[in-house]
Amino acid sequence: MSLIEMKHVKKQYKNGVVAIHDLNLEINKGEFVFVIGSTGCGKSTLIKMLYREEKPTSGSIKVGGIDVAKLRNRKVYILRRKLGVVFQDFKLLYKNTVYENVAFALEIFGIPKDEIHEKVLKVLDLVGLKHKAKTYPTQLSGGEQQRVAIARAIVNGPKLLICDEPTGNLDENTSFEIMDVLEEINKLGTTIIMVTHDTEIVNKMKKRVILLDAGRVVKDYEKGTYTHEVN
Amino acid sequence: MKLIRIFFRNVRDSFKSVFRNFSLSLASISCITITLVVVAISILLTTNVNNFARLIEKDVTIVTFLKLNITEEEKDKVEQEIRSMDNVDSYTFESKEEISNSMMEDSETFKSIMEQWKAEDSPIQDTFRVKVDDIKQIEKTADAISKIENVSLVKYGQGMVEQLISVFEIVKNISIGVVVALIIVTAFLIANTIKITIFSRKREIEIMRLVGASNLNIKIPFIFEGLFLGILGSIIPVVVTIYGYVTIYENFNGQLFSPFIKLIEPQPFIYYVSGLLVAIGIVVGMFGSWRAVRKYLKI
Repeated sequence: MSLIEMKHVKKQYKNGVVAIHDLNLEINKGEFVFVIGSTGCGKSTLIKMLYREEKPTSGSIKVGGIDVAKLRNRKVYILRRKLGVVFQDFKLLYKNTVYENVAFALEIFGIPKDEIHEKVLKVLDLVGLKHKAKTYPTQLSGGEQQRVAIARAIVNGPKLLICDEPTGNLDENTSFEIMDVLEEINKLGTTIIMVTHDTEIVNKMKKRVILLDAGRVVKDYEKGTYTHEVN
Repeated sequence: MKLIRIFFRNVRDSFKSVFRNFSLSLASISCITITLVVVAISILLTTNVNNFARLIEKDVTIVTFLKLNITEEEKDKVEQEIRSMDNVDSYTFESKEEISNSMMEDSETFKSIMEQWKAEDSPIQDTFRVKVDDIKQIEKTADAISKIENVSLVKYGQGMVEQLISVFEIVKNISIGVVVALIIVTAFLIANTIKITIFSRKREIEIMRLVGASNLNIKIPFIFEGLFLGILGSIIPVVVTIYGYVTIYENFNGQLFSPFIKLIEPQPFIYYVSGLLVAIGIVVGMFGSWRAVRKYLKI
């Protein structure tokens, strides 16, 4: 059962740069996929189109049954509620506590307080930060902040978690801690797509690896490693 | 139930946000405060000018002289006709006897002369004093009255009254224009100030969108925030209005320069103005926030 289906997707930016050429891709439910490639290969564009930060110029993209290419600006939230996104720079609200940052994603749905409380603590427990619920993000280390961001992304129980270089700002040990958390989440049934530059992580995890080059999929390994082909 | 929860969450969050972004909120609040003080002053001025104009207009009377030696029935007929006119607000009748008596009381000279007149010689005429509803129509009404049978002469300060009316009309229109323009300028000024403050919260909006907030979800807390800013911004203008106006009123004994120019009584006037200021603050704050946040939703 495919969760993501991309057919003949092309993305050309307004300045004329073609970031993605005729891309076809299928990702199944429950998969853990790395998207790798050199800088400017189109991997960021690819995942931005998945959560409709960017619109494809042509072709079709289906994410969990939603036709993303045809989704109107006003309706983007419908898609966003079905997936979670994690970034390199965490994108936390620094004036809110850890708890509030995570609860934020639930409150907009009008979920009762007790239920929010329960869900937030559960997910904070999952990322190992239950004891820091009342601290502010600035008082946390980078790895901890990223775990808060992950908690926020998954608190809704999304089918898909998109990670854009989540370990890009973190040291090696912390990166592996984050990967452990992501693997845990993946085991619970969430599909994960992760863009990364980190060779070590890709090699160690032995997951599906999609290699992009100049906007095209050049390799798609079932259980791949970060080969030297990239550089 | 869900909607109520969302509503209260929005109220709570926007309240929190006003204080968490206090320095930015302060900028918006001061902007609202300053402009509302100016709006308050112009509202107080215009309403007083209008009030003064209305008082003068009220005093304008059409004096209707009847022909000499008319019968009681003829007089009643004139009265009926005056009463049936659309623009007539009220009228009083003074018989020639009443007029002569009051004139004789006023002056000894008059008395000595008038006492020699026989009733049928007296040049004094029976008189109707007519007040009109719409002063702009006074000429027409006076004209119509003069055409009634047995009316000899109609006077209402022709020329002077028209001039006065047109001056008041101009003053009224200019002052209303100034107040409206001020309110519109305030709205955009506040929209801009809030836009600057929201710019620093672009990130917050971006994150809200990322976690699946609909545009309405995002807008509502900001609009509530605008509402709070409007209320907070109108506190000082309201205080200035209430204390300022009462102080001025008492210092001038309720009149400006002469007993002719009466100031409006402070109560309940100042409360209406205060209510209006809060309402303007709220509307303008909400409008400003709504406009400002809209810009960041075009992603």
